[in-house]
Amino acid sequence: MASPQPRIGVITYPGSQDDRDALWALAAVDAEAVPVWHEETELPDLDAVVLPGGFSYGDYLRCGAIARFSPATQAVCAFAESGGLVLGICNGFQILCEAGLLPGVLLRNESLRFVCRDVPLLVERDDLPFTSRCTKGQQLVIPVKHGDGRWFAPPDLVRSLEANGQVVLRYAETCNGSVDEIAGVCNERGNVMGLMPHPEHAVDPLLGSADGALILASLVEAARDRALAVA
Amino acid sequence: MRATVVVRPKQGILDPQGEAVNTALGHLGFSVTSARVGKVLDIEVEATSPDEARVQVEQMCEQLLANPLMESYEVEIHG
Repeated sequence: MASPQPRIGVITYPGSQDDRDALWALAAVDAEAVPVWHEETELPDLDAVVLPGGFSYGDYLRCGAIARFSPATQAVCAFAESGGLVLGICNGFQILCEAGLLPGVLLRNESLRFVCRDVPLLVERDDLPFTSRCTKGQQLVIPVKHGDGRWFAPPDLVRSLEANGQVVLRYAETCNGSVDEIAGVCNERGNVMGLMPHPEHAVDPLLGSADGALILASLVEAARDRALAVA
Repeated sequence: MRATVVVRPKQGILDPQGEAVNTALGHLGFSVTSARVGKVLDIEVEATSPDEARVQVEQMCEQLLANPLMESYEVEIHG
């Protein structure tokens, strides 16, 4: 019997740009990708949710600050609270930080320049639903494209995150001035993760790298396991 | 009642915008040792007293206008 495709939702906010790429990439790694409109107050029946990149609500006030109030984000918060898998990419990461689901905040790049290039990343955790297809210490090449990607948290918070193993990905070379070159973090429970690089833009060697597929396929596998556990 | 909120990057937070402004002011010949860039919000709030307005605006700052991880804020109520 073929294993069932897990249903993974992708939220579209006003100003989201990478929602379609995320839907396409999730389908490419064998998920049933489900578009979710930002006005939805309840999520459909999903095994995981992705918050895509872009400039939701024009990045007004602060990146992600307004999207936090959208009905779909509220539903995502409830989903995460009940243990659901949530992945935030770029603007999605910013939204999850503003919503308080992930620690820290994303600030203007140290260079003040928009960074748009492939970057090498180091995998710090390979035991998460988002990284099970990777190995600790592995180097991934995944593109970034952001102006506000400098992850920041006060030193005591950084120390506790490092101690808790909540740093998932690090830039292997300076990218935007993030504290400790942090590129991706997870919550304490390990069911919510955010990263600035775009795995959905790196799922086929034709695009320069297929390393992003490792992260998305990890999520799909974990979502499938959960779907089977429920079924 | 009118309120003015000033939101600033906290001390110790690298402010590259401020540094760019600092450098540009130097190019104009000004002798500047530091510049920081924040934002100003002018808000009309319905309240019966300045104290009540202040309480409301401070709640707005805590919940939305400033991110306490990186920003500090000051509230001024114009009676």
